[in-house]
Amino acid sequence: MPSPPRFSAPAAGPERTSSGRYSLWRLLREGLGGQRGWSRAWTKAAPRPHYRVVVVGGGGHGLATAYYLAATHGITDVAVLERGPLGLGNVARNTTIIRSNYFQPANVRFYEFSLKLWESLERTLNFNAMVSQRGTLNLFHTEAQRDLFTRRANLMRLEGVDAEALSREAVKALVPLVDLDNGRYPVLGGFLQPRGGTVRHDAVAWGYARAASEAGVDIVEHCAVTGIRHQGGRVTGVETARGFIGADVVCLAVAGYSSELARLAGLTLPIETHVLQAFVTEGLKPVLDVVLTYGAGHFYISQSDKGGLVFGGAIDGYNTYGQRGTLPMVEEVTAAAVTLLPALSRVKVLRQWGGVMDMSMDGSPIISQTPLAGLILNGGWCYGGFKAIPAGGFTTAHLIAHGAPHPVAAHLDLGRFAAGRTVDERGVGPFPYLH
Amino acid sequence: MLRIPCPWCGTRDEVEFRYRGDATQSRPPPEGTPEEFTRYVYGRDNPLGWHLEWWLHVGGCRRLLKVERHTLSHEIRWVGAPSDLPPAERAV
Repeated sequence: MPSPPRFSAPAAGPERTSSGRYSLWRLLREGLGGQRGWSRAWTKAAPRPHYRVVVVGGGGHGLATAYYLAATHGITDVAVLERGPLGLGNVARNTTIIRSNYFQPANVRFYEFSLKLWESLERTLNFNAMVSQRGTLNLFHTEAQRDLFTRRANLMRLEGVDAEALSREAVKALVPLVDLDNGRYPVLGGFLQPRGGTVRHDAVAWGYARAASEAGVDIVEHCAVTGIRHQGGRVTGVETARGFIGADVVCLAVAGYSSELARLAGLTLPIETHVLQAFVTEGLKPVLDVVLTYGAGHFYISQSDKGGLVFGGAIDGYNTYGQRGTLPMVEEVTAAAVTLLPALSRVKVLRQWGGVMDMSMDGSPIISQTPLAGLILNGGWCYGGFKAIPAGGFTTAHLIAHGAPHPVAAHLDLGRFAAGRTVDERGVGPFPYLH
Repeated sequence: MLRIPCPWCGTRDEVEFRYRGDATQSRPPPEGTPEEFTRYVYGRDNPLGWHLEWWLHVGGCRRLLKVERHTLSHEIRWVGAPSDLPPAERAV
């Protein structure tokens, strides 16, 4: 487990400032002092000419990788390069759900490792990420679906992960809004992971950025990577909007754009880029205190602490880098919402947005070395990038520090496609638009 | 909403179609190497820009279309039959 960051002035760079330790005592003291004692949570660094590790992408996985490199492996000669401002990509565009209710045992182990890191994240980072283990509830609507969920729950329990079967009555008691007796898709029951839940996604980026910065990592914003320089089959650095930056190791953590960045190094990846939309309604009084997923359509919903219902559905279904999404999926998702929860039919949707994601050819992520020595890939996250941030960062940092994969992420290597060891969670084959 | 000009049915909404992926992949000959087959099954160029792709007109003529579409603006600049090639000067 990572050690807590040191909240003292680190050695890298004379202008670096510490934001100090956050606590109730500090809150009281700053309140009495007119809130004038707070300083920036992280230092906006200017890039140095060379680093041991350059992480491309200042989202959840990039920042987490940098943090664990510094905190767990003592590698602080690290820069995180972000093309825009920090944390405005997919880490701020997801529906904030964390869970480990997967089917493939290797995936259950990986996401459970992540869930355990979430459980201690706020203490580790000294940052309130509002981790709320309110439970994730999957509904089933047919006998066959009940069998499938039962099998999945049993596989999870074999790995020591919590999973419970709920009757119709228990579902109704937990979520009174559910229409149990829908004529086409009656609810037969549910499958609950009590330790699943939600996390405030912006705070994940900010918390990791602050802790990484405290530990000595340089966080460089507005520094788009335009080229990857290599010599003799080994990476030597990156060309950026702010000049060439040399590096012994370059880690790509740019899910959504992995193919475009890998192309700069002459690599073709088993990835397509697709858009996934999310929605939030006007604020309501508390009506939903679990994460609820529909079994008869692709739809999942939770209520934020501000009261808005946050929900999403499936990908639009064709290659796109447009971070917006189109109307047919809006109609499909909202139709699923009012079929499952008819009371929502008069609730107004306030905002809708899209995030572009790496859809890998087997629906599972990639944490791997690449054919170019020194180039590490963290990508292919499909729908599951947010919940995997702590484990993704931890295992990517392990791969960089030790040159060998962490045991819980060893199955996510790039070589699995050629070797026929794909981790196909849904069993649909190499068709990203079906995952 | 994409509006796809089907050569047989005219311009229709995207909901009549099903996406069938990258149309630039060509199957290696039977004696091809494992690397060639891996590239064919799993490798994707996935460009930010013009993309040649398959769309099946399931809600219309049920024929397969080859479509050249921009992956950021979603503009469609060419549609043809499966055996057609897009204009040479626009080679993908």
